[in-house]
This record gives sequence, structure tokens and C-alpha cells, in this order.
Amino acid sequence: MVAMEEMMPSGEMRERLQDAAKKLEPMMQQVSEFIVRTRDVHKVYLMGKVEVHALRGVTLDIKRGEYISIMGPSGSGKSTLFNMIGGLDKPTSGSVYINEVDLAQLDAYELAWLRCRTIGYIFQTFNLIPVMTALENVMLPMIFAGVPEDERRDRGMELLKRVGLSGRWNHKPFELSGGQQQRVAIARALANDPAIILADEPTGNLDLRTGKEIIELLKELNQEKGVTVISATHDLKMIDVSDRVIWIRDGQIARIEDRSKIRVEAALEVEEALMEGELPDLP
Amino acid sequence: MTRTGMSPLGLTREEIRRQIHLPWSEAFRISWRYVTIRLGRSLVTASTIFLSVAFLMAVCTMILAAKATGHAQEDPEAFAATMARYKWSVFLGFMICATGIISALLMSVTERFREIGTMKCLGALDEFIVRMFLIEASLMGLFGSLAGAIVGAVLMLLWAGFREGFSLWAKIPWGLKSPTGEWGFFAYFVASVLAGMILSVVSAILPAWRAAKLQAADALRTEI
Repeated sequence: MVAMEEMMPSGEMRERLQDAAKKLEPMMQQVSEFIVRTRDVHKVYLMGKVEVHALRGVTLDIKRGEYISIMGPSGSGKSTLFNMIGGLDKPTSGSVYINEVDLAQLDAYELAWLRCRTIGYIFQTFNLIPVMTALENVMLPMIFAGVPEDERRDRGMELLKRVGLSGRWNHKPFELSGGQQQRVAIARALANDPAIILADEPTGNLDLRTGKEIIELLKELNQEKGVTVISATHDLKMIDVSDRVIWIRDGQIARIEDRSKIRVEAALEVEEALMEGELPDLP
Repeated sequence: MTRTGMSPLGLTREEIRRQIHLPWSEAFRISWRYVTIRLGRSLVTASTIFLSVAFLMAVCTMILAAKATGHAQEDPEAFAATMARYKWSVFLGFMICATGIISALLMSVTERFREIGTMKCLGALDEFIVRMFLIEASLMGLFGSLAGAIVGAVLMLLWAGFREGFSLWAKIPWGLKSPTGEWGFFAYFVASVLAGMILSVVSAILPAWRAAKLQAADALRTEI
């Protein structure tokens, strides 16, 4: 090694060091504590001739491995925030960083790469592809990621087994119950081993018990795989498992609460208040 | 912004491009799935193609049969007038077919906005979506046109046979070219099938492009 270094002209050596440093830079960034950061995000929609301010300056830091619930009444901007974090929509102003990468800097390929490998999406309406079986749905993101067929199949079956549906791999979505469809969607979200799972009202179309099972499954995956779970919801069952709850109102963060401070009774009070359209201060 | 070198994601941009891809074989498999599973709807779309190609091929066969009877040589002026009428019919048939196919495909794309949004979330590029819709359209175009060309030709051959006698068939140039160097039956057949396919692919480009250009969030928000 030493001999090699002596033989190498110093200019070339410097170049190689610079190259190495360049390659290390993103890796250094990736060990940052925060997986998601938003900085003063605003979003204005044009509905006909009326401007709707869906988000009015949201600044947020989410740590690697956290289980976050974004709560708020409908129309508060939670889904808009979900779309911003997932790179599904562009902010009117402000920035969103995933792994310290500013989403605004990415081109179409890079954005697709990020959606494919870094983020797993779960929707209220499950959004499985109706013409495909459960297994094919789980394999779809792996096709886009260029995983070889055998590996896709093995990994797909493994994931379906993990969510408790190995016996139903050959069923089409319409042959599955809502809870089962959401499990397939969770397996699909995990297909490329993402760092983040983004869930938009994952329990919104499910009954109480099934919803609870889905929440527990998400929590287990969060603990097993260390995947960050960010869920926009108004399901108070989520509070129990969340590390932090972010309350959104009128497109702004009303308050952020750590798990230790959250009391379920207090949350229930909030629910009542929310039904009346008011968000009171918590004790 | 530079398109080469390092991406902010920590890989080179070439690597990113290589790691996001949809092989044609997979795109074909998915499209084939859509066509066969939604067979009813595919048949409705394909039937518009079928009808217009059948019409086109029938007119072409009629031209061949008319030439074979020798009527063309007997009264060239009347024959030329008939030919002009046929050309108009073919043109009108194709216009009607094009509108039918465009509206059928627009509908089938609009129905699937949410799926398109989901696919984008799973990492599909715009071009994957365009590719899938175009493959689907060309599959329907191929089968619709093939069936249409066969049925159109057979019906017209039978009709001409009954009217002028089946000995006429022996006089029709079946190959690519007639002895006088004009188009033969097979040339007309291939041209009709190709025309049907091209028409359906061209009609699909607009809706497919529209679908692919949607922001993922907008596609997901759509309620049908």
C-alpha cells in the first residue's frame, strides 16, 4: 500500500481523495438523525377563482425510526402535508428534505427512484391494482426497482406471510376484505425495504377492530424493521402507539406532543371538541 | 441543473436511471393482463376497430373483385367514378373509427386515474405509463384489425362470388402484387391491418400522455 502511494503522483492522489470524499458526502448526510425535515412549507391551491391556503408554513423534523401521527380535522391540511412529504406534490414555497435531500432538486427519475425505494405508501382506499393478485401487487414495486423475478416472488411471499396473508397470495383485491386489502397494501409498501412508510388515513375505511389490527401491525413493523411510520389520521387509536403526535389546524402545526405527555383521556376530550369544531388546549 | 455526475441521492445519475426501469416484457405482461381481464371493455374498444377495418377491407376486396370481373376494362369512366366513391367511404369509415377509438381510450384512461397515481407512488415513470397504454392499444388494434380484415374480406368475397360466380375467385390476385403490378389481396390485407393498428395507437397517445403527465397527488385525488 505504502509503495503504491509513493509511486502515485501527488496530483492523481489528491484527485482520488477528492473523489472518495465526494462519495462519502451523501453517506455522511444519510446518517443524519432526521429522516424528514420540512422548512416553512406553504401550499396554495386554486379552486376555481378562490385561493385555498392548505398549508401555511409547516416546519417539522422527524427522526429516523419514529412513529408519527399527524392529526387534525378534515380540511386541516394533513393530506396536503402527506403529499408534500411523499414527493407527490410540490410546495408553493418552502422545502421538504428526505434524508437531507431537498426534493425540489430532484428530476423525474430521481423522484421515481425515491418513491420506489425510500418511501412506502399506504392509502385510505388501499389502492391495490384490481387486475393483479395479492402477490403481483406486492411484486409491482420490485418490478420498477429491477429485482429479478425469482427474488421478487420469494420476497413477495415472505412479506405476505409477515402480514398474515400467505394463504391468499393468489386472490384478487375484490376477493379480499378491507382489512386484508390493507395488509396487502402494507406488504406492498415494504417491498423495496423503504426507510419511511407514509400512511394516509390507513384505518379510515376499516371497522374498529380491523383498524386496531392494522395499527398494531404498523407498530410492530416500526419496531422490527426500524422503519419510520408517518401517518395522517384522525383515528385516536393511533395515539397509543405514536411516539409523537402532531396536531394540525388550518394548515399550521397547532402543537406537537411527545408520547410521555399524551393522555388518552385528554385525547378523547380533544375528539369531542373536534367534533364541535374547536381544538382546546390540553391539560 | 446538470444531468450527469452525482445525484443528490448519493448515486450517479446513470445509476439512478439504470435502477428505475420497466422492461418491455414486463410492460407487455401487465398490458396483456389489462386487456384479457377487462375483456368486455376491451371487446367494446376493439369492436370499433373491427368494424372500420372490416369496412375498409370489404371495400378493398370489392375493388379487386371489380377488376377481376373485367367491368373495369369495359367502362373505365364508370369504374373510375365508383372508385372515387369507395375512397370516400373508406375515408369516412376511418374518421368515424378514430373518434370511436379516441373516446373509448379516453374513458378507459380516466377510469384508471387512481391506479395511475398509485403506480407513480410505487416508482413508475411517466414513460412506463405511456408505454403500458400504448401496448394495450396496439394489442386491441392488432386483434380488432385482424378479425375485421378477415371478416370484411370473407363477406365481400362471398357476396361477389354469389353475384358474379365463384369462378371470379380464380382471377383475383391473391399475392402481394397482381400480374399488372397493382396491389394484390395480401397487400390490401396487410395495409388494412396496419392502418387499424396505427389508428388505435395514434388515438391512444393523447389520453396516455395526459394520464402520465398528471401529478401523482392529483391522480390519487380523482373521484370517478
